[in-house]
Formats: sequence, C-alpha cells, structure tokens
Amino acid sequence: MNRREFLKGTSALTVGAVYLPFLKAMPAQANADETLVVVMGSTINSLDIHRSGTNRPSYQVAVNCYDRLLTFGTKTLDDGSLSYDYDNLQGELAESWEVSGDGRTLTFTLREATFWDGRPVTAQDVKWSFDRAVTLGGFPTTQMAAGSTTRPEQFEAVDERTFLIHLPHASKLTLPNLTTPIAIVINSELALEHATDDDPWATDYLHRNPAGSGAFMVERWEPGQQLVYRRNPDWASGELPGAERIILREVPSASTRRALLERGNIQLSQDVPPRDAMELDAHASVQVVSTPIENCLHVLCPNLAFEPFQDVRVRQAIAWAVPYEAILQNAAYDRGVPMWGGESSTPDDIQWPQPFPYHTNLDRARALLAESDYPDGFEVPLSFDLGQADWAESTALLIQEALGRIGITVTLDRIPGANWRTRALVDKQLPLHLENFGGWLNTPCYYFFWAYIEGNLFNSSNYHNEEVAQLVDETLFMAMDDPDYAPKIRRMIEIAFEEVPRIPLYQPALNVAMQPNLDGYTFWYHRQLDQRVLHGR
Amino acid sequence: MTTLARSRLVGWRLLQAIPVIVGIIIVSFLLTRALPGDPAAYFAGPAADAASIEQTRVSMGLDRPLPIQFVTYVQDLVRGDLGISVSTGQPVRQELATRLPASLELTGFALLFSVAIAMPLGILAATRPNTWVDHLCRAVVTAGVSLPTFFTGLALIYVFYYLLGWAPSPMGRLDFLYLPPPKVTGFYVIDALLARDLETARATLAQLALPAITLGLFTLAPIARMTRAAMLQILEGEFIRTARAAGLPRRQILLTYALRNAVLPVITTLGMVFSFALGANVLVEKVFSWPGIGSYAVEALVVSDYAAVQGFVLTMALLFVTLNLIIDVIYTLVDPRLGMEE
Repeated sequence: MNRREFLKGTSALTVGAVYLPFLKAMPAQANADETLVVVMGSTINSLDIHRSGTNRPSYQVAVNCYDRLLTFGTKTLDDGSLSYDYDNLQGELAESWEVSGDGRTLTFTLREATFWDGRPVTAQDVKWSFDRAVTLGGFPTTQMAAGSTTRPEQFEAVDERTFLIHLPHASKLTLPNLTTPIAIVINSELALEHATDDDPWATDYLHRNPAGSGAFMVERWEPGQQLVYRRNPDWASGELPGAERIILREVPSASTRRALLERGNIQLSQDVPPRDAMELDAHASVQVVSTPIENCLHVLCPNLAFEPFQDVRVRQAIAWAVPYEAILQNAAYDRGVPMWGGESSTPDDIQWPQPFPYHTNLDRARALLAESDYPDGFEVPLSFDLGQADWAESTALLIQEALGRIGITVTLDRIPGANWRTRALVDKQLPLHLENFGGWLNTPCYYFFWAYIEGNLFNSSNYHNEEVAQLVDETLFMAMDDPDYAPKIRRMIEIAFEEVPRIPLYQPALNVAMQPNLDGYTFWYHRQLDQRVLHGR
Repeated sequence: MTTLARSRLVGWRLLQAIPVIVGIIIVSFLLTRALPGDPAAYFAGPAADAASIEQTRVSMGLDRPLPIQFVTYVQDLVRGDLGISVSTGQPVRQELATRLPASLELTGFALLFSVAIAMPLGILAATRPNTWVDHLCRAVVTAGVSLPTFFTGLALIYVFYYLLGWAPSPMGRLDFLYLPPPKVTGFYVIDALLARDLETARATLAQLALPAITLGLFTLAPIARMTRAAMLQILEGEFIRTARAAGLPRRQILLTYALRNAVLPVITTLGMVFSFALGANVLVEKVFSWPGIGSYAVEALVVSDYAAVQGFVLTMALLFVTLNLIIDVIYTLVDPRLGMEE
C-alpha cells in the first residue's frame, strides 16, 4: 500500500469519499473530514468585489473571506431547509448598534477582532472600506447608494471601536444594505501599504490578495481552475466553520458536475440546472435543496416603446395567453413558485412576489385583443439572453406557440451575454423579452424601484406611471411597520396587476445538490454559497 | 539539402510571416471593435446605472477614439504587454502562458494516440483496398469523426469514470489531491518528470487519458484517409513494382519505400489537424474542465473581452506560422527529392 492509497483509505473511513488534498503539502495526520470539495460552473475572476469587472460568482469571496458590520440570522423554511432571515438583523463585526431618534445617525460599536495578519479591526478600517465602496464607482457605489450612503463624509470613525454613519434621511434599507457582500471591511493599513498614486485604493493588490478578518483565507487561487479556502482559526465574528479547508473547483460542464457528485468525489455542487436538480432529487444518495429566490421573478416584458404594447389591453391579452403551467414544468421542472391564478385583482397583503390575477385563458386573451387597436394581431420578436438559455429557451418556445394562437406572430431572437445588458437593460429597445431581476433587499418597494420606475436599469419595459413613481418615492425609505406603508404597497401591486408591464411567469429557485452527510447549507439573497456554515453531520 | 540552404529557407519563411502578423494585428483589433455589444455595460455589474457604466468605460479606456486606442495597443504589444482580460481579471499574457501549454499537451497526446491508430489503419486499408478490412477502417474513422466530441467525452466519462471507476475524476489537469509540478515548460507531464515526481506524472497522464482519447478519436479520420490515399497512389508506382519484381521482402517495400514517400501528405494533414484541434476542442475542454485556450477564447468572445480575444488571435497566428515553418523544415528532412535537387 503506497502513501496515496493509505491516505485515501483513512479518509474514506471518516466521511464518505472525502479525499485528502495536497498530498505533498499536508502532513498525514491531518483530519480528512475537515476538507470539503465544492464545484461550480462559473469562474471567479477577482478576489476584490469592489473592482470594476468583478463577476457575480466572485462575490462569494467577499462573503467568505471578509466580515461586514451586520449579518442576518437564520430561519428554517417549511421544507426544513435553512435560509437567512431578513427580519433578524444581527451583528457581525458590530457588537452592537444604535439608531438615533430621527433615524439619521447610526452608531456601531465594533467587537474585538483581528485581521488575518494580526492587526486589530478598527473603525478607521470600516471608514476606509466604505469610502472605497462609494468612491470607486460602478456596482459598489450603486449598491451603497441603495442604503442612502453616497459620500465619504457620511462615514465617521469616532474612536478605535466606534463608527458612525450619517444619513440625509432615515431609511429602512441602510441597515440591511450593510449585510450585502459590497459592505465588507478591509484591512486598510495592509491595503494602503500596496496603494500607489495611480491606484490609491489598492485595487491591483486586493484583486489578487484579499485582506480581511473573515472566516476563510485564500490559500491558493488559480484563475479558471480553482480557489482554495483555509479556515481562519482566530475568526471572531461567528462560530468557527466546520471545514478546515474548502476546495472550490471550476467545472464548466453540468453533466460532469453531476457525475462527480453522484460518484461521491465532491461534497457540493452549486448552480445546479433545474433539470439536474429534479433528477438528482430522485437519488437517495444525494440531497437537493431548492429555495425560491426571494424578491426575484422570471418575467415576460412587453416594451412600451413598441407601439402595440402601449395599449394595456394588448398587454393583458398576452398575460391571459401565457401557458404558465407548461412553462413551470418545462423550463423550471416544477422548481419554482407559481405566480399566476391570483384570486382577486386587489391584493390582500404586501407579500411580494405574489400571484397575479391571470391564468391561461385563450378566449379571454382573444377577446381583449379584439377590443384593442390590433384585432388582427401583429408581429414581434421575442428576445432572451443566451446565458439564461437553460430556462429561457423553452419558455420562449412555449410563449411563441401560445401567442401564435391568438394571432400574434412571434419570432425568437437569441442574444449573447455582452449584448444583452446593452440592448435589454441599457438601451431598453427589445420589444418583447424575458427578464429575471431579483432585488437583494427583500422589500416590495425596492423591487418596484428598480423594475417599475422609468429610467432605472431593470425597467426594461420603459414603463412609466405617475402614481407608481410617487408611491415608490414615498415608501422606499419608509419603515415597514409604518401604518401608511401597507396600503401604499397594496396600491402599487394593484397597479402592477392591472397594467402588467411585466408579466410574471414564476418565481425561480436556487438549486444546490450535496452529499447527504453535509449539513448547514443556508440560502442567501445574494445567491452565493456561504461556506462558513457548512459542516459534516 | 545543405544547412545553408535550410537556414535560408527558414529565414525567408520568417520574413514572409511579418506582413501576415501585421495584418492580423490590425484585423483582430478592428474586428473586436466591430463586435456588437458594449463591454462597459457588461462589466459595470448587475445594478449599474448610466453614470457607473460611463465610469467603467473611462476606466477601460474605451472612451478614447479608435486610432488612439490602436496606438496604445501596439505600444503595449511592442513591450510584450497583451493587456488585461476584463472577464478573468488576469494579464492576457500570463493567462495564455498557462492555458496554451494545457491545450498543447492535450492536443499533442491526442495526436499521438490518433497517429498510433490511424496510420496503421490507413496502411492496412491501402494494402487491402475494397476488402472488408478497408470497409471496417472506413467505418471506424467515420464513426470517430461523426460523433460530436462532447458526446464521446461524456460517454467515456460515463463508462470509465462513473461506472467502472478506472479514470480519475474529470476535474482538469490534476486531481485535487496533487499540487501542480514546479513550472518549467508548463507541460505537466514533462515538468513532473523533470522534478522526478513519478507519482504526479502518473496522475497527470491519468487525467490526460480520457480527453486525449476523445479528441484523438475525432481526428482519426483525416489522418487515416490521407494515409490510405497516399499509400494507394504510391503502391501503384513503378518503383514499387520494380522492388516487388526484384523480390524484396514485402515488409521492406511497404515500410521503407512506400511509407517514406507517402508520409509527406500525411505530415501536411497532421499540421492542419493539429492547429485545427488546438482551437476547436472547446467542447472537450468544457466536458473535462480542461483549462485550455479554446474555452478561454470563446468566453472572451461572448463578453466582448477585447484584450483576451486579440491576444488569442495573435497567439494562434504565431502558432500557425511556427507550425507551418516546422512542417516545411520537416519536409526537407523527409522528402528524398528535396535533398537531391541541390
């Protein structure tokens, strides 16, 4: 028996098929059940979330390697799986926090924590990190603005452990926004040692070298291949992670990811396509967790810049014609929440998303179209993002067929990733298209702000309605327990029901598949894998 | 052919390559700019507004006029700087330097496998034309080229990894049990052998086996068909008839006289197949998580990552030029006639 087989043998005894990594680098006595192997289909292109060009899969480095001031607690969902809890705000680096009477000053007291290099985490680090996020521009600045923090002057380090945020007005979104992967706290002294005159925020350095106080450090990063996390034994902001080391491998082919999981060579597979999720769920040897993504909808957008869609009856006709049931089955393999068949055209509560009062009824669709200015139908291209083809392709085909039956001739238009953002979201020139916006902050007004207000990025329908604009303006910062809040939101949803500038198809789910002996997986609104909570059973 | 003549040939071919490369630099620059889509909008992130897209555009240098962008590009190129890929966040040169050996290693082994099977098959078919042996060869190579590589790849994974467990997990160039060998050439097998680490070398070969076979099966057809055709033609030649009449052993006729003459078109084909397989094995790379150059280029193209696309096109152009040069030089070594003309 050689060294390799010996190691394999011992590790196989401890937890399933967890193998020891780094034969040459690790002493033989290391405990094998402390290593997890995770695969994902996408690639991590930067270790710095603030950098321009950092892609979405890279956000998980911010989640796992850095701490934020605040985080959310955990709740158990109806199916027994775990999810973050938007209603349970907790401290991460902040030991405690206070909101002033007028809601415009937030005071945070930091816990005693150290960065990986041993330097203490101070209020100055928090200020530098937040200054960086609001100054660098691009996505971090936009996301910070959602919490009404836009200028460095708003952040104040009073002493080593007291940090203040000054707000122009009270907002319920500021605190939740501090839990986002953007609001990380960086080791400012270490970063500044690597800053230059051209690069005062050390973007070059932090791009490759994370400098945080988080639960995991990055041991190796081979772009396009793998990232290896190693546990930070001195992590102060939460319970020490179960895994000593996590190997995150990039495996582009979904079929290969599935084979690896079924063979037991890996512990967890991220971003599982709905079809694989359904089939893997039938295996006893694999556990699949599908969580409906909060505040997210897959929608069909009729663009008001396209003349026929300016007629509300045409939009409603389409909403009555969409084959909702077939879409949920064929595109999402039933892993999603129906968003059709609502009972009444006035919402009872402020639940969002909630089913719209439409269902498939072609007679009703034909009648509405006959009443409209386009009784004989028209031709329209239906566009979707090729990067989303796993659900959008079959959805588009089903819609094409259904609209054909009421006299609207649909041609399909597949658009590759780079063009998609420009054409759909920036230029907003696609007459009919599929869209999948989800808001990080789980309030209806936040969704409406991005998706129903003219000019905002995800309002790719070019919808404008004075009343909605005013309602969003009034509710966006308003506390959710304010007696005025619920009626205003209900009115907002009612208008969305009636006007349907966005026709919801279903609420999608995030699917993750893992070995049955893995515990602790928790869904997060940012859809990134929180490696800190994973542990063996 | 004398050494002098050979070095003159090499020198002349290198000179010829210069206008080609200049042309490629200009065309690849213009073509990437002509790609539809706005990289600034793409890279500004999920919740960008007009202002942040504009900021991204300025930071990417895309707000400047095209001629100035081109001059900057050429200036960087002269210094050996291929720019930074926005999608992967890494310098293009560094990325190509790690990915090109991965692709070369895979393609090289695939061709070795392919030649080892296709040439004997071709010779066998040529010596027995229109018999069942010939038909069988034709069927085998046609099947190889007709099956899409992702299908062959997945089928091999299913049988040898999933069912039998003989192959290691298809997770790229090395299982996560191993650390890559210290980098000398970038070819893991060679580097591991140089480091005298037989264990890692064996592991690399094991990782290579399935993808190389997948790609090899796909390239059987041109090589086998070309060997067969060339051999058939040569075997009908008068000098072969003479050799037969003189009673030379069949083995000597076939391998020494016929094959040496037939190998020229086969080498040409090999060169073409090699360069084609290098860029075209994207699907094999995807299925086996191989960090190669093909998937890199496709992903860069999809997101309009200018620097990466240009770097890829330029590298491939240089590679083609080098490959053609090598093939020309091999010609002078192999072809008996070229030697006699001097």
